[in-house]
Amino acid sequence: MTQPRRVGLGRYHLLGFLPAIGMLGGLAFANRVRPMVLGLPFLFFWIATWVVATSLIMWVLLRLDRANEGRNASPTSAESERAR
Amino acid sequence: MTLALVIMAATFAVSIALGLVARRGHAMTLEQWSVAGGGFGSVFVFLLMAGELYTTFTFLGGSGWAYGRGAPALYILCYPALAYSLSYFLLPAIWRISRGRGFVSQADFFVAQYGSRTLGVVVALVGVAALIPYLVLQFKGLGIIVSEASYGRVSPASAIWAGAAALIVYVVVSGVRGSAWTAALKDALILVVVVAMGLYLPYHWYGGIGPMFEAIDKARPGFLTLGGTGRSTSWFVSTVLLTSIGVYTWPQFFGGVYTARSDDVFRKNAVVLPIYQLVVLFVFFVGFAATLKVPGLIGPDGDLSLFRIARLSFSPWAIGVIGAAGLLTALVPGSMLLISAATILAKNVYQEIWPSATEHRVALVARGMVPALTLVSVLLTLHGGQAIVALLLMGYNVVTQLFPALVLALGPSPRISARAALAGIIAGEATVTVISLSGASLATLLPGWPPVITELNVGVVALVVNVAVIVIVTIATRGRQPVTTITRADGDSGERAVAAAR
Repeated sequence: MTQPRRVGLGRYHLLGFLPAIGMLGGLAFANRVRPMVLGLPFLFFWIATWVVATSLIMWVLLRLDRANEGRNASPTSAESERAR
Repeated sequence: MTLALVIMAATFAVSIALGLVARRGHAMTLEQWSVAGGGFGSVFVFLLMAGELYTTFTFLGGSGWAYGRGAPALYILCYPALAYSLSYFLLPAIWRISRGRGFVSQADFFVAQYGSRTLGVVVALVGVAALIPYLVLQFKGLGIIVSEASYGRVSPASAIWAGAAALIVYVVVSGVRGSAWTAALKDALILVVVVAMGLYLPYHWYGGIGPMFEAIDKARPGFLTLGGTGRSTSWFVSTVLLTSIGVYTWPQFFGGVYTARSDDVFRKNAVVLPIYQLVVLFVFFVGFAATLKVPGLIGPDGDLSLFRIARLSFSPWAIGVIGAAGLLTALVPGSMLLISAATILAKNVYQEIWPSATEHRVALVARGMVPALTLVSVLLTLHGGQAIVALLLMGYNVVTQLFPALVLALGPSPRISARAALAGIIAGEATVTVISLSGASLATLLPGWPPVITELNVGVVALVVNVAVIVIVTIATRGRQPVTTITRADGDSGERAVAAAR
């Protein structure tokens, strides 16, 4: 059986919860039409902003993971692929 | 008119041609047909993954809900974004476990991890049960698109039959490689069409997006915020969370995972896909533009709103292009759903019953399942009257029940026994069935409770039952045998089961 490569979860992986918490947690006050931003009702603007933020957060996670994988000298997936 | 139909027919011909070209040079074994032998890089996996979420549901259902319900439609923007953030962790884990083990279906994963063939059959049947409403909604969309784009000359029923025949030919001929190629064509076309419509219609009819929302807010106060019974913030939050954890329990996404060459593909996708999802905003703009300009489409008829306002605003050739884009949003995901369902039935049900069947025979059965599944879906489409979004939510309630067992199976060995997983899934599905048949909501189940609770999506109940049963069975059986040795031994026999099945 192939042992799956285990990547330890660091504290920064909690960032993964941020999109859900921000997008949905903010609804308590963001569920309103005004002020309209960029022509969008505030609720729409809020959610669209968090959708973009989700991409950014995932990008930060990817950068942190890549840096982490490099620092621990544990092979990245591409390298371990080659090593096989 | 005829021009619109000619454009759509030409698009269909091109997609068939792409399917045939994509097939060249690859022997169509079951593994090639359903997961392309695991040889797809970033771009193709991106197209498959984005293509699988970007369907008729988004195109017609998204505009239909914006038209008929207003702000609650935003859930269609939220849940995929959150699903992508989950995919960053989930998909690489599934991929690493599955790598090199010749899996072709979601059930294969469960069989091998839990070492239980019974669980595999149950997961297979759950997957197919969830895929059928999803297929039905693609056919429903296909019928709407062809009949609306033909200005009513082709009836929805004949459009559905023609579309079904086209889909069968397409899927049987090319398999998943054809889907990936056509997905590229589809995504390009739909992107242009949706953004163009979403910008043009508000400017044409209202003088801009801001003025459009001002006009809607004035005419229908409360339409642009969450609220009102049944579609409150509570409903919204619970529905977004339920559907976002449900996305990757759909069998067709496992196929997508197995097609990848490396796990890094999924992490990169998780960065790009949320922004890509913003296209849905433009779909909403179309529905909102229609809500004041073509009023009077009640209930499921809201799904027609996109084409109704398009016909009011554009000339026939543009309707043809919109119809062609719509056609592809039904055909491409429809083909992938069919491939998943057919593969599951052949590999995880047929081969379980007749273990002596040769690989060639299983591949043949998989392809034979395609017309059978299509026929069932078409008949259900012609006899059901539900809106597109309602159909998908139904499928989600069924398939999300696999989530606890899936998450607990990530890692070298599962954290629970196959028996506990099985009991949880069956209890969850039983709850879903009872709730759907009785039409119960939390308000009827818990009279007198505060709205924050009673407005929750009723799917939450089934998931709670599911997890509770897993916990009870795990505690009840833990005393008898040490769990770790069971799972390890089971894992090995599952390994053999899969190896034998190959």
